[in-house]
Amino acid sequence: MTSGNGQPVSLIQCADLWKVYRLGDVEVQALRGLNLTIEQGEFVAIMGSSGSGKSTLMNMLGCLDQPTKGHYWLNGVDVAALRADELAEIRNRQIGFVFQSFNLIPRTSALENAQLPLFYRGLPLREQRTLAAAALERVGLKGREEHYPTQLSGGQQQRVAIARALVTTPSLLLADEPTGNLDTESSREIMTILDRLNKEEGITVILVTHEPDIAAYAAREIVIKDGQVLTDRRTKPGHPSSLVGR
Amino acid sequence: MPAFLLLTLMTAIRILSRNRLRAGLTMLGIVIGVGAVIAMVSIGEGAKAAVQAQVASMGTNVIIVLPGSTTVSGVRGGQGGAVTLNVSDALEMKKRIPLLQDTGWAKRDVMQIVNGNKNWNGSVNGVSPSYLSIRDWSFTSGGPFTQADLDAAVRVALVGQTVVENLFEAGEEPVGSVIRIKNVPFRVIGVLAPKGQSAQGSDQDDIVFIPFSTAERKVFGTQFIGSVGALFATTERQEDLFAAVDQIREFLRARHRLQAEQGDDFTIRTQVDIGKVQEGTSQTLTVMLLSIAAVSLLVGGIGIMNILLVSVTERTREIGVRMAVGAKRRHILMQFLIEAMTLSVVGGTLGIVVGVVGARLTTLIAGWPTIISGNTVVAAFVFSLVVGLFFGLYPANKAARLNPIDALRYE
Ligand SMILES: Nc1ncnc2c1ncn2[C@@H]1O[C@H](COP(=O)(O)OP(=O)(O)OP(=O)(O)O)[C@@H](O)[C@H]1O
Ligand SMILES: [Mg+2]
Repeated sequence: MTSGNGQPVSLIQCADLWKVYRLGDVEVQALRGLNLTIEQGEFVAIMGSSGSGKSTLMNMLGCLDQPTKGHYWLNGVDVAALRADELAEIRNRQIGFVFQSFNLIPRTSALENAQLPLFYRGLPLREQRTLAAAALERVGLKGREEHYPTQLSGGQQQRVAIARALVTTPSLLLADEPTGNLDTESSREIMTILDRLNKEEGITVILVTHEPDIAAYAAREIVIKDGQVLTDRRTKPGHPSSLVGR
Repeated sequence: MPAFLLLTLMTAIRILSRNRLRAGLTMLGIVIGVGAVIAMVSIGEGAKAAVQAQVASMGTNVIIVLPGSTTVSGVRGGQGGAVTLNVSDALEMKKRIPLLQDTGWAKRDVMQIVNGNKNWNGSVNGVSPSYLSIRDWSFTSGGPFTQADLDAAVRVALVGQTVVENLFEAGEEPVGSVIRIKNVPFRVIGVLAPKGQSAQGSDQDDIVFIPFSTAERKVFGTQFIGSVGALFATTERQEDLFAAVDQIREFLRARHRLQAEQGDDFTIRTQVDIGKVQEGTSQTLTVMLLSIAAVSLLVGGIGIMNILLVSVTERTREIGVRMAVGAKRRHILMQFLIEAMTLSVVGGTLGIVVGVVGARLTTLIAGWPTIISGNTVVAAFVFSLVVGLFFGLYPANKAARLNPIDALRYE
């Protein structure tokens, strides 16, 4: 994708991003003028101590929340200027979100959970089912379509959540501590899936983690401290983007 | 969009059936409200139709003049004890007022009637032959008496169904037999066709007609000779009814030499008046019961609103998830509105069933006529839909206006 003057447009561009929470008289500055650029196809790990603003940033990138100040361009579109329904449209078509706590709809089958984004896109029911079943298969859950979340292990639930995130073939997959509630084996499975989605399908993956061995799957590691980027380094060679470490 | 609505409806039904007791209790208000509306309206309609049928069967062109002045309460049931009207009033009236088609008169008393070893206390009416045609009596056997019978004061009688049932064996032919009224023998020459209950609820078939002259001379006693219990008049056309009423009033006032400051010594009634009074009462009743029904629908609606607010709170995180994967405000709004309308429509449908059964039971047990019109059922259905829509709007809107991230973080 290119901008009007022929310059390539980054997938994500944040400029002087602020998020201020006001709790009574107390002001919490979760993000303090953060700057960040991420290219299409990257695999980024965001690290940082608890309370540094990682989740706040992810919610912003996922268009779930709006910055107090500053700009966030997604594919060149200034998200801050959009209305609630336009944001919903972007979340539906361009973004997949994976949460630490899975966030599946209770008492609803794996298939129906995976269908959900397509349901809101208004696809015909049969197409919804076919695509959702294919997404479940891609995360290794063939045969579990009719299981309810309570009938699945944590790792399996997270895989349903990933299926739900990728069923719309988004360009951006955001995962906030996706392995935070999982054991080592399940974590490895999840990371293998995310890695494959990045390598084979070119989906941009941004993940938040506290664990270095999880971060090691990514090609770029960004450390956040006090709502700002502390370090930003490439950990693996190979990505065409030259903006890293600028 | 239709696929979306259908799936949302299915989801709503699934969510509601998970919590059957809660959904049932929530619907109760609507069930009772709609049930009450259906039952009350059908009772009201039934009563109205019965009154209208009565009025029509009496003839809408009939004017009744009763002796004595009006009591405050309006309609007087029977024929009064006053003796201010007499046969010559009726005869003169017919001659002097061209609008009148015919006039008749009657005088009644309850008397013992005997046939063989059976006896019965019934309403014995001395009437003019014209009375029978004015009140539109017909016969199942035999026929009316004539002016000649009246002139000669012949002892003949016409008997109503109730009297026949009480004085004769089943299958026995009354015409030709002799009955005794106050020990005077009368030959039965006609059996009247049944008329059922009057608008006031009395049995119209508990009746015996004899010629007015015979009644005066042989049965009632001669104390107030010529006085009548009621005068009846008909007009050719119904439109002339009120003009005729005015003319009768004027004529009778002049004839009775009433001064301007004196009130009428008679009371004029038409079937239209009687019908109106009856309709008025049943309308008051309907309005009263409908407002009770409206209150219970309101309570039912508030119940739905309450349970939806609880549901929105319980499912805040779910709403957040739905928004995170791309649900727009209208999707969330529709989801909860459909849930509310499912509750109210299922409640309304149950209410319709309850109302129809209630109306039928009323007819069966109390014997009141009821009419369940399609319009009422459709209106009740639409009304319950609207109640769901109206009371669902606030909770649904509350859900739709949630901020995705706040909803997701909600504990
Ligand atoms: N809704 C909120 N209201 C007020 N303050 C908030 C809110 N959300 C986050 N914060 C504050 O913003 C700061 C950053 O929070 P954030 O959740 O982004 O941290 P984090 O880096 O994700 O931490 P963790 O690693 O523990 O998940 C914290 O100080 C937190 O208390
Ligand atoms: Mg966090």
